[in-house]
Amino acid sequence: MSSTFKDLDLSYTKDDFTSNQEVRWCPGCGDYAILATVQRTLAKNAIPRENYVFISGIGCSSRFPYYMNTYGFHTIHGRAPTIATGLRCVNPDLSIWVITGDGDGLSIGGNHLVHCMRRNMNLNILLVNNQIYGLTKGQYSPTSRHGQITNSSPMGAIDYPINALCIAIASEATFIARTLDGDPKHMSMVLQRAMDHKGVSFVEIYQNCIIFNDKAFQPVTGRDSRDDRMIYLEDGKPLVFGKHKDKAIRLNRLKPEVVDLQDAGDGESLLIHHEDHPDPSYPYLLTQMTYPEMPVPFGIFRAIQRPTYDEMLNDQVVKSKAAKGEGDLKKLIYGTSTWTVK
Amino acid sequence: MNSKIAEDQSVTEKKNKEVKSVNTITVRFAGDSGDGMQLTGDQFTDTTAMMGNDFATLPDYPAEIRAPIGTLPGVSSFQIQFSDSIIFTPGDAADVLVAMNPAALKVNIPNVKKDGLIIVNESVFTEQNLRKASWQNNPLLDDTLKDFNVLKVKLSELTKNALKDHPLKLTEVERCKNFFALGIMFWLYSRTFDYTIDWIQRKFAKRPEIVNANIAAVKAGYNFADITEIFPSQYCVKQTRLEPGIYRKIMGNQATAIGFIAAARKAQKTLFYGTYPITPASTVLHELAKHKNYDVKTFQAEDEIAAMGATIGAAFAGEIALTGTSGPGLCLKSEALNLAVMAELPVVVVNVQRSGPSTGMPTKTEQADLLQAMYGRNGESPLVVLAPKTPSDCFQMAFEAVRIAVKFMVPVIFLSDGYIGNGSEPWKLPDVDQLPEIKVNHPLQPNADDQYQPYKRDPQTLARPWARPGTPGLEHRIGGLAKADLTGNVSYDPENNQKMINLRAEKVERVAQDIPELEVFGPEKGKVLVIGWGGTFGAIYQAVNQMQAEGKSVARAHLNYINPFPRNLGEVLKRYETVLIPELNMGQLLNLIRFKFPKVNSEGLHKVQGQPFKVYEIQEKIEAFL
Repeated sequence: MSSTFKDLDLSYTKDDFTSNQEVRWCPGCGDYAILATVQRTLAKNAIPRENYVFISGIGCSSRFPYYMNTYGFHTIHGRAPTIATGLRCVNPDLSIWVITGDGDGLSIGGNHLVHCMRRNMNLNILLVNNQIYGLTKGQYSPTSRHGQITNSSPMGAIDYPINALCIAIASEATFIARTLDGDPKHMSMVLQRAMDHKGVSFVEIYQNCIIFNDKAFQPVTGRDSRDDRMIYLEDGKPLVFGKHKDKAIRLNRLKPEVVDLQDAGDGESLLIHHEDHPDPSYPYLLTQMTYPEMPVPFGIFRAIQRPTYDEMLNDQVVKSKAAKGEGDLKKLIYGTSTWTVK
Repeated sequence: MNSKIAEDQSVTEKKNKEVKSVNTITVRFAGDSGDGMQLTGDQFTDTTAMMGNDFATLPDYPAEIRAPIGTLPGVSSFQIQFSDSIIFTPGDAADVLVAMNPAALKVNIPNVKKDGLIIVNESVFTEQNLRKASWQNNPLLDDTLKDFNVLKVKLSELTKNALKDHPLKLTEVERCKNFFALGIMFWLYSRTFDYTIDWIQRKFAKRPEIVNANIAAVKAGYNFADITEIFPSQYCVKQTRLEPGIYRKIMGNQATAIGFIAAARKAQKTLFYGTYPITPASTVLHELAKHKNYDVKTFQAEDEIAAMGATIGAAFAGEIALTGTSGPGLCLKSEALNLAVMAELPVVVVNVQRSGPSTGMPTKTEQADLLQAMYGRNGESPLVVLAPKTPSDCFQMAFEAVRIAVKFMVPVIFLSDGYIGNGSEPWKLPDVDQLPEIKVNHPLQPNADDQYQPYKRDPQTLARPWARPGTPGLEHRIGGLAKADLTGNVSYDPENNQKMINLRAEKVERVAQDIPELEVFGPEKGKVLVIGWGGTFGAIYQAVNQMQAEGKSVARAHLNYINPFPRNLGEVLKRYETVLIPELNMGQLLNLIRFKFPKVNSEGLHKVQGQPFKVYEIQEKIEAFL
């Protein structure tokens, strides 16, 4: 292989992670930015390329593995977390990435996502949220706005939407973050942190579907609005935002509210972000900051440590061997009592 | 009766009762689900095994863990047939029924031979209990049981008396009565109680008072039978002339688990079992979960689909990957199983079949998932289907399932059923050193110039290479979309799609070159060939062998492999005027055979009552074609 030498020195470029398959997303799709950012982020790491596996379900974003020059498995609708789980259980060395969407991960595969997170399976899950079904041509998704007009809801969706990060918190995911297709730098930082995290990493990525739900996030992330409607979370710091960095968040009982920094005095009343807050109600509170009432937080909502499922699974094998000795097939077959026929 | 007997058992005066030798005996224990009938049956079976008889068992229990006490739905039974010759069925009807309460009696009267012995626990035939079991009158007092020999024993009182000096609560004493009954049966059939006493000592080691009470109950029952005049004679069943070797008692699901571990060991691989609990397959999980020191990883998934998905993930990683379920679970798994068909990954799916459709009768047996296994997926989706025939055969066929899956890179469905999964029999243990190695080859180098082609097949088997993630230079993508030949890239090319579907079918067909030919027992041609698959083996074996011994022209054969069929099947079938196919379904193998061999005169025998075939049912049908 021509790349053998390169593999050995483990210095990569984005091209090393680009497969020979033609990318077939619609022109202007937010997935292009996500793909490029993932490829660039991986290239910065000294992890052998063959150790990456990308596993996806069904949907536009789930074509992702075909475009990555790594191991990949484009599976079936909603089931990517299960396949990744099996792979992870038997191979502790791989860097495993699950690519899913709002329909794949939160609707048809909602059950798997929940259980994968509660087990703290050591996986990186990227949930590409465009609030619409793209591949099936424009039906509402579990994250679509209430009242959204789509091909399957001509009079407006009567489903109430689900908040992906709330699901992650309720499932006790140990790493929870949100980023967006329009800010590759922030996305790369979040992806790197997700990758470095041991345990399940859940990242919601706001992604624009240019065909069926164009500008869905524009009111928050658009050029004119983002300064006042987005908060970038920074660990250990107050939640400051605004064009002139003049606004922050404080808690009024259990409710976050916006304050002018000028009025905040010495800042003691301000909400300070702690990724490792032990109480899940803190990140939950952040997820309740939604447009239009509140600015929307981006960044790392939660990052805590807890033993991973795969670690404990392997540990039980080790412990069992220590207690009973390496399995002896003859002993197993013979069992506890036998008799002889002569 | 008093407790002296238990205490003084060493000085019991032996009355020399007659010992009659019999060839074959069927015993049925029946009681409330809380009465410990499965345990009692197991203990009787263990002792029978250790004493060198061949046997077959039928646990027959309700789905409810504890149905209301004393009611008909709560009756749990355990039947064992043991013999001085080779047998494969738990017996058509019982020579002896032990009925622990009026409900057990009511449910099981149809299962007792005419003139058979019924031992009832007279103590509990109270008005209230009779009502619970829907008896209008006390059957012990009228002529309901006139066709049987009835032995009324006050089991509860006798047990209470025997244990009156033991420091147990009354409810705990009450629970010992099954051991008293077991003691009676041990005496009646000249079995030693030593094995059970050993077992009690091990099982309740932490509670000496329970150990003492249970042992006292067994001995009291034994001595009661010995000393009182209730039994005129004792019976013995001579040792079976089994093939020389070392034996153990084995249950089908246990043999399945052990077979998989053996296969993984022989493939020098770890074993992954992803599953969701479901009756009657869960005991495969329980068995595997005990053996983590054999590099076994069990994963209890959130649902059947996740279990299948995780299994596919483990297969993708390059390990021995299995999942287990029963019929309704297979429905849920079918989409993911189809992914394994498309991705051509070696997974084994255990289906311990139960009575359907839908939830059906979860604890009762059936063979009605054959066509589901064959065709229950979208698109053209052939895979390998095989079926064990007896509890111990589960070992062999589990091993085979793994061997074929990894050799051909193909999913395999292992169709067991509740009857053999829960049934037990003596197992002549294989020579561990003689178990074949399972060769697994993971490529380390590109297979096409400097490229790796995941669908470049072995010319012989048509298996695709199994490159493990983590192998440098072999990065590749697979998935459920139609694949281009060789590269596995997504392809909508019409000709390519046809070719890939043909190749996958051809690959499954080629498995026929790798499995044994069908063997016929009996005349090589003639009137009737009886052919079965799965758990009906025992009943067919007994039915045909008996008729052959009577000089009748009937042959039998058994299909361990259903897809593909053994390569000589068609040639065998056409040598007989009638091919009779008894199945616990409405004719599923029959349909497959009629479809593939339309010129063969094939007839079915169908039964979907949640119960295995009785030998006579098969014999009656054979007679019709002679």
